[in-house]
Amino acid sequence: MTGSLAIAGIGIYPFGRHEDVSGLQMAVTAARAALADAGVSWPDIQFAVGGSDSAGRPDTMVSRLGLTGLPFTNVINGCATGGASLLTARDAIASGAHEIGLVVGFDKHPRGAFDPRPEDWGLGAWYGDLGLMLTTQYFGIKIQRYMHEHGITAASLARVAAKAFRNGERNPAAWRRKPLSEDDILASAMVADPLTQYMFCSPSAGAVALVVCHPDLAARFPAPPVYVRAVSMRSRRFGSFEVFSPSVPLTRGPSPSQEAARAAYAEAGIGPGEFGVVQVQDTESGAELMHLAECGLCEHGAQEELMRTGATEIGGPMPVNTDGGCIASGEPIGASGLRQVYETVLQLRGRAGDRQVEGARTGFTHVYGAPGISACAVLSR
Amino acid sequence: MPGDAGLPQPPATPPGPSGASAARAAGTLDVRGLPPVAENLFCWPDGRPRLIGSACRACATLAFPQQQSCPRCCGEDVEAVLLPAEGTLWSWTVQRFPPKSPPYAGAEAEFRPFAVGYVALDGGIAVQGRLTGAATPDGYRIGMPMRLVIEPFPRSDGTTVAAYAFAPGPAGSGGSLPGAPGETSAAS
Repeated sequence: MTGSLAIAGIGIYPFGRHEDVSGLQMAVTAARAALADAGVSWPDIQFAVGGSDSAGRPDTMVSRLGLTGLPFTNVINGCATGGASLLTARDAIASGAHEIGLVVGFDKHPRGAFDPRPEDWGLGAWYGDLGLMLTTQYFGIKIQRYMHEHGITAASLARVAAKAFRNGERNPAAWRRKPLSEDDILASAMVADPLTQYMFCSPSAGAVALVVCHPDLAARFPAPPVYVRAVSMRSRRFGSFEVFSPSVPLTRGPSPSQEAARAAYAEAGIGPGEFGVVQVQDTESGAELMHLAECGLCEHGAQEELMRTGATEIGGPMPVNTDGGCIASGEPIGASGLRQVYETVLQLRGRAGDRQVEGARTGFTHVYGAPGISACAVLSR
Repeated sequence: MPGDAGLPQPPATPPGPSGASAARAAGTLDVRGLPPVAENLFCWPDGRPRLIGSACRACATLAFPQQQSCPRCCGEDVEAVLLPAEGTLWSWTVQRFPPKSPPYAGAEAEFRPFAVGYVALDGGIAVQGRLTGAATPDGYRIGMPMRLVIEPFPRSDGTTVAAYAFAPGPAGSGGSLPGAPGETSAAS
């Protein structure tokens, strides 16, 4: 089985802070790298899908890549933008409309926490006035409850971040590449109890591009093909606890991550226990732990043991966020989900260098974003 | 939405006695003269603050703030209700840094870390709000009894508005109950 989409080329503009380079220029650089990797040129590309939250309109890239007249769709779905872009491209190819396309994501954010406007999220101005419009609060509140219910400790939160920085050290495209001890992480400034500064990712800049094609064409390109066996996306259902919610029902329902993951496993015929490498949204340490369970990759509460035994390290039975994740890479919103796909392709090609997971043949990616959306993908060689 | 007591009650209302604390009474004396941070968030039936939510007439699901449709059954037959003024803390965190402004409208010179949490109310809903009244910003615990209070909120533009928050307190230490016999408040 090959799924309905293949990845023929990948390119990245390293994540970090790049004062003198526009987000659009990063995207063009990543796109040219992906085209070169696939051995094709821009006029070969039949359609494009691009995502950016705050660095400009993706379709304006045509002025720099070339005015070929192709259809170029802009996608914006918060931190799940990359997943939504991949889904859009998959559908374009699966429909038979196109055979080869470009998926690109980029962003460039100011320093500090995001500052969304309540009005853009269907909320009254009072919500922002009172200081409730912060994603950092949501993550603190969610993990605080989760620790209470499932016996997760702050030591596990620190272990997630320490792993991220260790993996980031081995990734030339990561931003934060200096290892930090668990003690340093726990002792850093408290941001949103129980989460400290070094447990959080920061908004950053960067770009990722993928040349995608129909699976039947995959063998024509120089790099070993990687197949997208499934892509899924879900918004929230009644009963999930989501960011930017002035109230939540006490009746618990499935989270969008849970539902998107289940759908991806069903479509791919590959599921938990079968992935050589896993990337999940780690906006902060707690999110990585909670998303592993929501995606069915471990039981609720089992994360404490997974972290204590190093199960999610490169070399462990289920390596997670092998490129350092959002914590070490920062989060350029439009590019973040595609970064996970880029890393998975590198791993499945066997070209991840110092951080290569030996023998990885299958991968899983998961993004989560406001206002409660998730997109997942299953990839294989 | 008038700020009167004529609203229907939610499907479930908390049992127990009620009595105004001196601190709350003192606060409400000041705060009732202030403009609210937004219309239709809270009102003062019987002189005691209550949040205004909405309830689905078909499935009784509550929402806050009030909305025109039901998030559970998708029906559009909803009515405004007063939410219970007491509950327990579902979860919380502390806002340690000054939020970016906009959207934050708090007076910068006044910024001190503040707690934020969700308080679980009878009727199956948890409402998000600022937490107040503990000795320190991290002086809250999941499961502790909380009650609705209205506080002055100084804004960066120099004005002060009235905003809702939740404060620790055993059920009955300051929340309001509909129709509680003999209920009189120093603030009314």
